[in-house]
Amino acid sequence: MDPRPLHQWTVHQLLEGLGQGAFSAQELAQHLLERIQAVDPQLHAYLRVEPERVLAQARQADRRRRSGDRSPLLGIPLAVKDVLVTRGVETTAGSRILQGFVPPYTATAVARLEAAGAILLGKTNTDEFAMGSSTENSAYGPTRNPWNLDRVPGGSSGGSAAAVAARLAPAALGTDTGGSVRQPAALCGVVGLKPSYGRVSRHGLIAYGSSLDQVGPIAQDVADAALLLQIMAGPDPRDSTSLDTSVPDYRAVLGRTIQGLRIGLPQEYFTGGIQPEVDRAVRAAVAQLEDLGATVVPIRLRTLEMALPVYYLVATAEASANLARYDGIRYGRRTPAATVMDTYRRTRGQGFGAEVKRRIMLGTYALSAGYYDAYYLKAQQVRTLIRQDFEAAFQQVDVIASPTSPTTAFRLGERTEDPLQMYLADIFTVSVNLTGMCAISVPCGFDEAGLPIGLQLMGPHLGEERILQVAYAYQQVTEWHRRCPPSASPEQEQAARTRDSRP
Amino acid sequence: MTDRIRDPAAVLEAYRHRYQVVVGMEVHAQLLTQSKMFCGCPADYQGAPPNTHTCPVCLGMPGALPVANRAAVEATIKTGLALNCQIQPLAVFARKNYHYPDLPKGYQISQYEYPLCRDGWVEIELDTGESKRIRIHRAHLEEDTGKNLHVDGHTLVDLNRAGVPLLEIVTEADIHSPDEAYAFLTKLRTLLRYLEVNSGDMEKGALRCEPNISVRTWEQAARGEFGTKVEVKNLNSFRAVRNAIAYEAARQIQILEAGGAVEQVNMGWDEARQRTVLQRTKETSEDYRYFPDPDLPPLEVRREWVDAVAATLPELPDAKRRRYQAEWGIRAVDARTLTEERQVAEFFEAAVAAYGTQEGRPQRVAHWITGELFRLLYAEGTGQDLRQIAETKIRPEQLAALLRLVDEKVINLNTAKKVLEAMYATGDAPQAIVEREGLALVQDTDVIDRAIQEVLARHPEEVVRYRAGEEKLLGFFMGQVMRATRGQADPQTLRRRLVEKLTG
Ligand SMILES: [Zn+2]
Repeated sequence: MDPRPLHQWTVHQLLEGLGQGAFSAQELAQHLLERIQAVDPQLHAYLRVEPERVLAQARQADRRRRSGDRSPLLGIPLAVKDVLVTRGVETTAGSRILQGFVPPYTATAVARLEAAGAILLGKTNTDEFAMGSSTENSAYGPTRNPWNLDRVPGGSSGGSAAAVAARLAPAALGTDTGGSVRQPAALCGVVGLKPSYGRVSRHGLIAYGSSLDQVGPIAQDVADAALLLQIMAGPDPRDSTSLDTSVPDYRAVLGRTIQGLRIGLPQEYFTGGIQPEVDRAVRAAVAQLEDLGATVVPIRLRTLEMALPVYYLVATAEASANLARYDGIRYGRRTPAATVMDTYRRTRGQGFGAEVKRRIMLGTYALSAGYYDAYYLKAQQVRTLIRQDFEAAFQQVDVIASPTSPTTAFRLGERTEDPLQMYLADIFTVSVNLTGMCAISVPCGFDEAGLPIGLQLMGPHLGEERILQVAYAYQQVTEWHRRCPPSASPEQEQAARTRDSRP
Repeated sequence: MTDRIRDPAAVLEAYRHRYQVVVGMEVHAQLLTQSKMFCGCPADYQGAPPNTHTCPVCLGMPGALPVANRAAVEATIKTGLALNCQIQPLAVFARKNYHYPDLPKGYQISQYEYPLCRDGWVEIELDTGESKRIRIHRAHLEEDTGKNLHVDGHTLVDLNRAGVPLLEIVTEADIHSPDEAYAFLTKLRTLLRYLEVNSGDMEKGALRCEPNISVRTWEQAARGEFGTKVEVKNLNSFRAVRNAIAYEAARQIQILEAGGAVEQVNMGWDEARQRTVLQRTKETSEDYRYFPDPDLPPLEVRREWVDAVAATLPELPDAKRRRYQAEWGIRAVDARTLTEERQVAEFFEAAVAAYGTQEGRPQRVAHWITGELFRLLYAEGTGQDLRQIAETKIRPEQLAALLRLVDEKVINLNTAKKVLEAMYATGDAPQAIVEREGLALVQDTDVIDRAIQEVLARHPEEVVRYRAGEEKLLGFFMGQVMRATRGQADPQTLRRRLVEKLTG
């Protein structure tokens, strides 16, 4: 049997082990819980872990397996970003305003994984209402990057990415509005997939930018990500924006040759403020794809520079309405005052953090009378241009390759005082959300400081099979995704407990 | 605040030569669907304990998403068609943003730039007998809010009503008098009830109306200018709408006549004092920051769908009214009364079907329904709601049978009215009642002759006076014989025999 400790196994490996009776779901859960207890105090990837519940569910999974149940995820513990509601388990979206909120229902994506036998291991940290690129905007304190505790894990799904990177969960769910699955996956050296808009139900996803939000898996490798997507994807009568089209068998494309596939390399994504090591690593990865038989095609995506401004108008406009419901009247934290309006003001004034307030104000402004046409409407028009730009590109190529993030993980506090600098972290990822297309980030190297670099592979709307095929092929010939941060390898666990302060 | 205007109607009348009243109407109608607009909760909230008809969607829980109710969309298309609107091929749900505790999401899902229905009209009949079209600007679908209850200095929120489908109908400013407004609302309610999309119940808030009222001089009217609009809220009956419009228009005329200017404000209607009162208004108009709701894809309404809905439309009141007049010779006033409620029209048509359409029979049925039957409904039923006709014990065929008894001279008209009352009370067939109570007219001349004989024998003096030329005594003898026969003698037979006996 595989001599590695269980936390280093992928979901597929764990399923095999569970299937062979090499260990029980209870043993697996117990092991992970102990590991979380030992390692997470340094990382703060989790906001909530309820060991009793986890162990009860694990025992239940073991009973089911003994009685012949072969559900595809039976006994697999998964971490879930705290913007996905979970029945009976406090869900805060990283915000003080939802402190104590225990949802009466479970998000469809989570419910489908649970129906497949998965166990909710815990709720992971997130920038408040998924607004951020570093997880520093969580009202409950930041998460640290397992590769270097002075660095951010990226965001907003930083808790999920850090948990998977540190092997505190075999896989996790994140949500991606402008890059919130891919960017932290890149910064933490794991795989992050943003499905096409409508592919996975948003029911139970605490909305940030409704026309952009998608649930996506964060995993150790492409096969695990494909498996989770397979189970979550598909139409949901509770989400009118979920797509009615049938879900293909994603596993069928894994292992298929990429011979003859055309990979677009957009010139605009390799200029300016990009970290040289990132540039080199991504180009090297593309060269490897070429070695595998793919054709590399230089392309132009001239709308790149418009993507961030459009994103910050569309997402914040939607957010300004989406967050109006947090008024302390029906649930969450209320700060009472003499009048209803003052109760609103105080509840929201104290309940929301600075970045959330900034975005609510920005969005409110963009929708206001006299500004709507110049901002919101114009943003929607430019959004159409961006989509057309990508559609034209996908006439030429099958997949577009780029860095996921222009830099590797930055230091905690480095960008908190400069929102614009922070927003730049998403420059390469937001277009995919604006166009409703899909993308995956896979590890493709490390910088000189030993921090992971992510390769982004973008596909057209419902092009998940293509990006999974290419990403999988890449992982067949590379080892980057197998590397663990020091804290995740047993021999270095001890070392991880002392703060690594490499520059 | 100024003194109450005692007789607003008189003010309007006195200044009719100078001012035109201009009213536009915004009507909200709750749609009678099984479930709410965007979730599966029951839409019928009346009487349910607070917050029991709720779910994550209508409570505005984090992560909950709306799913549009197809039945509500169809009810809107149906209504749009009945209001002669253009059903739009594309309708877009939009968020209307404002904060209030009865609005769980902090925004109301409505339709703004792209409503489902545009450019229609409703025909109303004026007292002059003429008809007039009130144009419909638009009609769209939205969701109702919850209710705030103020108890002991606390505000409690009941969200059972939150998310109930609401149809908003907006007219052009085509209404020029309180009576026209009343006629419009009556007609609109008739249509909504025909379509079975709304209960028409203003008292319970199922139908709400907010008129915006202004007055302008005829010179302004000629130039196409408008006066300053004032919106009046809190109107709980058609009568209140009529009175509020009269009051508000009169108030504005008085202001203008005194050299003042009408302020753009919201007024409320004080039913007890029968006057409009200033509501707390905001200095600036609220900015609702409408934008398309990203949770709901645009609603594509294909022609085939509209056609399929159109095929389910019942015959509408105007068509019925015209048919009654043209085919059955019903008087205009009766035709209008009979078609105002679908149940009455159905009762009428069923009775005519049973009774026959020849020789003025439909008009006779109309007469009995609008006369005797309505009198019974008003006197014996609950309230003034003529829809109760569907629940009376009298079946339309029984009314037809009653009229046949009169035609066949089995009973006279007076007896028929009494039989109808008995039918109303018991639901028995008229024949059974006539038989049981022995109410049939006496046609037997022997019986009548015997009664005449007895009466004449008892009143020899009157016989002498009659024979001496005092012919008006015939009425006296008729009455006496009628009494002797307990009113059942056939009057024509009786008169003939009586005259024979007296002169013979
Ligand atoms: Zn509901």
